[in-house]
Amino acid sequence: MSGPGAGTPRIRADREVCIGAGLCVMTAEDVFDQDDDGLVVLLEPDPPPAARERVRQAVRNCPSGALSLVEE
Amino acid sequence: MHDMSAPPLHMRRDGFGPAPELSALRDDEGVARITTVFGTEAWLVTRFEDVRTVLSHPELYSNALVPPFRPPGAPPAGEEEVAEVRAGNLLGSDPPEHTRLRRMLTPEFTVRRMRRLEPRIREIVDGHLDAMERGGPPADLVADFALPVPSLVICELLGVPYGDREGFQRTSRRMLDVALPLEERAAAGSEARAYITGLIRTVRENPGEDLFGMLVREHGDDLTTAELAGIGSLLLLAGHETTANMLSLGTLALLRHPDQLKLLRDEPERIDAAVEELMRWLSIVHSGMAKVTTAEVRLGDRTIGPGEVVLCSLPAANRDPALVPDPDQLDIRRGAIGHVAFGHGVHHCLGAPLARLEMRIAFPALLRRFPGLRLAGDPVYRSFNVVYGLSAMPVAW
Repeated sequence: MSGPGAGTPRIRADREVCIGAGLCVMTAEDVFDQDDDGLVVLLEPDPPPAARERVRQAVRNCPSGALSLVEE
Repeated sequence: MHDMSAPPLHMRRDGFGPAPELSALRDDEGVARITTVFGTEAWLVTRFEDVRTVLSHPELYSNALVPPFRPPGAPPAGEEEVAEVRAGNLLGSDPPEHTRLRRMLTPEFTVRRMRRLEPRIREIVDGHLDAMERGGPPADLVADFALPVPSLVICELLGVPYGDREGFQRTSRRMLDVALPLEERAAAGSEARAYITGLIRTVRENPGEDLFGMLVREHGDDLTTAELAGIGSLLLLAGHETTANMLSLGTLALLRHPDQLKLLRDEPERIDAAVEELMRWLSIVHSGMAKVTTAEVRLGDRTIGPGEVVLCSLPAANRDPALVPDPDQLDIRRGAIGHVAFGHGVHHCLGAPLARLEMRIAFPALLRRFPGLRLAGDPVYRSFNVVYGLSAMPVAW
């Protein structure tokens, strides 16, 4: 949980770990995409506040654990 | 020998949901020793977080170490036979081998690739609704709609001649029917593999534009025919028996919850959420693949040693109050994707995007076509099966 004054979390997407399930695209298509191989492409490493909750869900639901949030 | 009159605990159902003793286990100790359908011992994991933990750690819970099942009294499988059965079997492999195979297939299941399939799926759905309408009521929703639609879709995606479909459907049913003697299920598995091996040989000579053709063109030199056949068998089997049961059982669930049905009819934009909630609430795959522990692990208050078989109860996990409030209620308004009906971890259902797309098209089309859709007799459940569902569902309109 980020309290007041904490930095904004950045998204990290590990394409080595990604299995191309595409759940992140389903959850936040303004932030995530898939390339032709089905692997995650990060459109927006610093998600706007409006997308933050969806991004958290995408990170939590990623089946392969390829997504993480890094507090800067 | 297993008592065939009572399925093992992880396959027990009570109408749409898990059996009460399965829910009680989740709400009490969470993890328990059970006897599997093969008469062997295993640990059953039932809580949502524990299930996620097991599925997230293939290095601790291995799919590849599970020995191939043998009929009681049969000699253990020879090395060659094991290799043959394992070849290309995504569900029987761990990373990095699993990763290598799976990455060859992901391009065929991207969100974009699914969009290209959409018009064809609509045609297939509408064609079957037309035929039902022409035939007039009553109809069997399983035989006339729920089973042929996904079957045609997967045959088309893979490049399986449609004429071979019926024979293959019968074979796949036998493979998954736990009430049958093991020998018969094993024989069905061999038949399916022999059929696919023949098909792959044909594709190698003349690869088309379908998934098998793509695999041969892109990876034909890296994959043996046995591996290609293994991949093909799994995709064909998985594509037949899963979505079909979601369509029939999902329709039945809606008919039995008129308030939910009305909500979906009045507000069709709710379909995506409705599909997720039906997946969660029905959890038709009892427990995916067995795993074997590679080290001592702790689950809840239990310590489990290395070399032990672990099974996850997906229906129990998906009705854990830790996942959603009031979990036994079907409520299509929630519809989050955090459930584990498609599994979780590296073996998360490869066909999930296709299954979702088929359901998002098929449910609304069926409800639009037959505003007066109703049961015209008792649906026939088939619980003693790897995938829960219905073998018949008489409907009228």
